[in-house]
Amino acid sequence: MSLDTATVRRIASLARIKVSDDALDHWTQEMNSILGWIEQLQQVNTDGVEPMSSVANMTLRQREDAITDGGIQDKVLANAPDATAGFYTVPKVVE
Amino acid sequence: MSTTYTIDGETGPWELVIGLEVHAQVISQSKLFSGASTTFGAEPNTQVSLVDAAMPGMLPVINKECVAQAVRTGFGLNSAINRRSVFDRKNYFYADLPQGYQISQFKQPVVGEGWVDIDLEGGEVKRVRVERLHLEQDAGKSLHDQSPTKTFVDLNRSGVALMEIVSFPDMRSPDEAGAYVRKLRTIVRYLGTCDGNMEEGSMRCDVNVSVRKAGAEYGTRCEIKNVNSVRNMMLAIEYEARRQIEILEEGGSITQETRLWDAGKGITRSMRNKEEAHDYRYFPDPDLLPLVLEESFIEGIKATLPELPDAKKARFMSEYGLGDYDANVLVAEQDRAAFYEQVAKGRDAKIAANWVIVELLGALNKAGKDLAESPVSADKLGGLLDLMADNTISGRIAKDVFAEMVESGKDAGTIVEEKGLRQVTDTGAIDTLIDQVMAEHADKVAEYRSGKDKLFGFFVGQAMKRSQGKANPAMLNDLLKKKLDA
Repeated sequence: MSLDTATVRRIASLARIKVSDDALDHWTQEMNSILGWIEQLQQVNTDGVEPMSSVANMTLRQREDAITDGGIQDKVLANAPDATAGFYTVPKVVE
Repeated sequence: MSTTYTIDGETGPWELVIGLEVHAQVISQSKLFSGASTTFGAEPNTQVSLVDAAMPGMLPVINKECVAQAVRTGFGLNSAINRRSVFDRKNYFYADLPQGYQISQFKQPVVGEGWVDIDLEGGEVKRVRVERLHLEQDAGKSLHDQSPTKTFVDLNRSGVALMEIVSFPDMRSPDEAGAYVRKLRTIVRYLGTCDGNMEEGSMRCDVNVSVRKAGAEYGTRCEIKNVNSVRNMMLAIEYEARRQIEILEEGGSITQETRLWDAGKGITRSMRNKEEAHDYRYFPDPDLLPLVLEESFIEGIKATLPELPDAKKARFMSEYGLGDYDANVLVAEQDRAAFYEQVAKGRDAKIAANWVIVELLGALNKAGKDLAESPVSADKLGGLLDLMADNTISGRIAKDVFAEMVESGKDAGTIVEEKGLRQVTDTGAIDTLIDQVMAEHADKVAEYRSGKDKLFGFFVGQAMKRSQGKANPAMLNDLLKKKLDA
């Protein structure tokens, strides 16, 4: 499998990463070499091996259902460039 | 078996294929992965932790109760409970999703396949299969109408736990889809896992609709979003099916897409075609380990499940001898079923059902009130039925007394005494009534005796009127018959 520049452009846009046109070739090569390495890994026989979700041999820690957080509107909005009346504001998005 | 619902096009009848994705907001104190409150309607961004706002370095920790609620709901849907499940990131970009991804479950949901039996008209029951139930985070809320140039974002809802319940495409008509959503709502309300309030958005559904000719393969489906009531969902399904049929009959083809229901116009419309089609790039969330459920945890939940609607309905039918319709109406809400059982206890169960359904629910419906606001308690209604059972009042008078109870909240005995409504059961008094009526209508008596026995009802009516409705109807009938036939 290998990626073309159009696919790389699309991946960048999905990830909201700005990639200039003259850098596209470079990134396409980089990503293709990663994919090449993965292809190499795929030669290993993994029949009957469960996909691994985590390297830690632990299960998920759970917490009790209690209100222990919140009430920090000022902190939550501290980095917002344009907060109004307790809301974040962003350029209008209408579906 | 009812006939298959179809919509007639120019080329003949078309069948509908409907599947539903229902998002049910989990009842819990705090959010799925943070300790912020889930209470509805607080000041903007006051129920937001730094986890919910996706500040760098914050890590999610799962809420045990949300997991329990999902498992509980799984039992309610007769579903497999998966001992191991995995959280994934569903990536998309939107202003009210600060993480840039929603934590959801993709390949390994906490609850697997199950089913829901839906009750259709005429007592027919249909089984709709459930594909899965998974836990995920809700997004924040965008307000587009506060400013001409800006969208306001409130993250209070961001991170609240949702259960997404996905059905198989087993429904074939708007009515079936409606019955499915109502049944789900009843089940989650019984379990206390979601309040089922569609208007406030704590239950939302996305509808997948396609059409086909009888026996053909599934057609291409469209997904309809933004339906916020059962009624709107049913309207949206029918509109969307007709739209697809028209396209197909004109030789076109259906494009798989997401459409929005516009309740004001009664149409579905294509969502602004995004430059990028949905490409969620799911992958296991590296911040979260697999969720493993202990047998003891699952058994503990199973042991404390309430009696569910289907079981309750079956019991009402066998224990109280109720018909399908009455049983369905009574079990639709847990408090209604409990109210009924209290009225029925030690009394005639069918009469109790009739009074709860026809008189009480009728009166509440008319007044726009919930059962919880009923001016007539179960004990008071029971008291009224007792007065009927021991012949203190007749059924007809009981309706007047009930109307007064709804009005004043007084108990039946008090009203009967105050208004002197006690039924006349003294044979002497009834005899006197009858004698008066017969004397007044001697001509009719003669007609009756010469064979016009339809006049019997006339005499009953006259005598009852003279007693102001208080004569015991059975005794009146009896004595009247004896006197007329003498």
